[in-house]
Amino acid sequence: MATKQIIHGIFGDEVPLLDSCAKLRAAGIRIKDVFTPFPVHGIDPIVGVPRTRLAICAFIYGITGLSLSTLMMWYMMIHDWPNDIGGKPNWNYYSAIPAFIPITFEATVFCAAHGLALTYLLRCWLVPGAKAKNPDPRTTDDKFMIYLELNDEQSKKADEILRATGAEEVNYKGTITIEPKY
Amino acid sequence: MHAESQIRIPLILGNKTYRNITDDIIAPIEGKANRLWYILFTISSLGFLWGIGCLSYTIGVGIGAWGSNNGVDWAWDITNFVWWIGIGHAGTLISAVLLLFRQKWRMAINRSAEAMTIFAVLCAAIFVTLHTGRPWLDYMLFPLPNQFGSLWPNFNSPLLWDVFAVSTYATVSIVFWYIGLIPDFAMIRDRVVKPKMKKTYALLSFGWGGSVRHWSRFEEVSLVLAGLATPLVFSVHSIVSMDFATSIVPGWHTTIFPPYFVSGAVFSGFAMVLTLMIIVRKVYRLEAYLTIKHIEYMNIVIIVTGSIVGVAYLTELFVAWYSGVEWEQYAFLNRATGPMAWAYWIMMTCNVISPQLFWFKKLRTSIAFTFVLSIVVNIGMWFERFVIIVPTLCRTYLPSTWNSYSPSFVDVGIFVGTIGMFFTLFLLYSRTFPVIAQAELKSILKASGEEQKKLAADHAHH
Repeated sequence: MATKQIIHGIFGDEVPLLDSCAKLRAAGIRIKDVFTPFPVHGIDPIVGVPRTRLAICAFIYGITGLSLSTLMMWYMMIHDWPNDIGGKPNWNYYSAIPAFIPITFEATVFCAAHGLALTYLLRCWLVPGAKAKNPDPRTTDDKFMIYLELNDEQSKKADEILRATGAEEVNYKGTITIEPKY
Repeated sequence: MHAESQIRIPLILGNKTYRNITDDIIAPIEGKANRLWYILFTISSLGFLWGIGCLSYTIGVGIGAWGSNNGVDWAWDITNFVWWIGIGHAGTLISAVLLLFRQKWRMAINRSAEAMTIFAVLCAAIFVTLHTGRPWLDYMLFPLPNQFGSLWPNFNSPLLWDVFAVSTYATVSIVFWYIGLIPDFAMIRDRVVKPKMKKTYALLSFGWGGSVRHWSRFEEVSLVLAGLATPLVFSVHSIVSMDFATSIVPGWHTTIFPPYFVSGAVFSGFAMVLTLMIIVRKVYRLEAYLTIKHIEYMNIVIIVTGSIVGVAYLTELFVAWYSGVEWEQYAFLNRATGPMAWAYWIMMTCNVISPQLFWFKKLRTSIAFTFVLSIVVNIGMWFERFVIIVPTLCRTYLPSTWNSYSPSFVDVGIFVGTIGMFFTLFLLYSRTFPVIAQAELKSILKASGEEQKKLAADHAHH
């Protein structure tokens, strides 16, 4: 069982924040999270956030939409009840394909966009009624926060680095007990 | 951080800090509405009520209450539908296409432009659901098994493509808008003090915290959604134009329609954004964020799209003559010189001549002139759809079916009602929602703020 100290390092600007993150990481300290009022560009590699795979999900959802709509139109127009509409017969899918392109496209976009949005919301657990995830409400306004969970030895080191890089406040928010994983 | 050329004009005026942006965006939400807001709200909700009355009347007695007749079976309903859908296009164009082109000036206007899109699509939806005559049977448009209707819907028909295109467009626009709103709702949640407000915004913000991982995903989602919405916005009005272009009615059966409708849509949409933003910047004192430069950029888009529309009108005339098809030639001759020539010439003046005035820098940077012209453009674009639909249907192949058309009070009432609904929704939105995407705006403050740019310039000299 390990007891860890929760530290909030508050900054008033993104430049010292990035500097601080880089120095903390260089000192071998793991940055648990960073909370910012807006997307700070270039922070991901410094904090060590891997690139999200949401775009791959969107592609898969898009392919799904494309296949489902093709199957639907093939079933309804070709298989179940083929009609000759205005001299344009629907005896096979191949020859009737131009008329199916607009809806195939719309269904692809529909599934890709909604699938992507749902995946994003669930992956971040952004759902109605979810508790606010930022520990300090000022981080949606004009403050930037480095959130750390460290043991005593590392806490001291982190405290020094945070103050040296221009943190406006270093707040100790109690301890957290982490059960070891077996 | 990203440095920006000194030649670029600042997009955020004055010496603003992150806190100032928060305060300025939250002011209309926390503060009380002024008298002007109440006056505008009363007028627009009265219009809305009148529209609901005419709408109920239509549902009660059927669309015989409209001015449409046997020959002219599409009239104000489809004119208004196309007009509203077109207005919606600017929102998606600003938030999606300008995002892909990395145009930073979009950040001050994208939120309200997207709101406008959604409200405009709602207005358009009223006309398409009603014009079917029996709106309670509109579910037959969806691909439901045969027990529900007579047959499967016809996937060869552009009218069905339209159902899919407009529903995809409406839902994707709402999702795109809401995902951008979440961080801003979180900002409001963390700032307001009244418990009821706090609870409401806590619910709306879905528990957003601004974690670095979430921002990283947020940016990826915005980019991918923009990539998906860009072809979507072009497809929607292309498909709307195919409702006409795939028919065999002279004057409609032209291949130029898709690009011509899309540019017309962007043209009228930007005009509506200008009308709304000029009011918003004044009523909520957002002059520091919605600068003259923003207005000028939008006016440039208006010149470009207005000129495309002008070229399209002339191309139509040329092709009608060059085709040698007498039906086609007569359709255009009838539009320009027939009994409804007045509508044609209103369209020509408002859409082709008036936007050319924006070549003068003095005019395109004048707020009063821009406001007037934005309304002129929307009048012109309404008449464009009217001219395409009504005079054409008054004079089709058989002279025995030739007809005239005048709208009934119900037609006018429903149209006034949708304008009322649009402004009612927009006014409510502007008091309860963050009207500017403040998180995004904060991210460009360092590079595009007036004071910040000055500091950077001084720094470079020493």
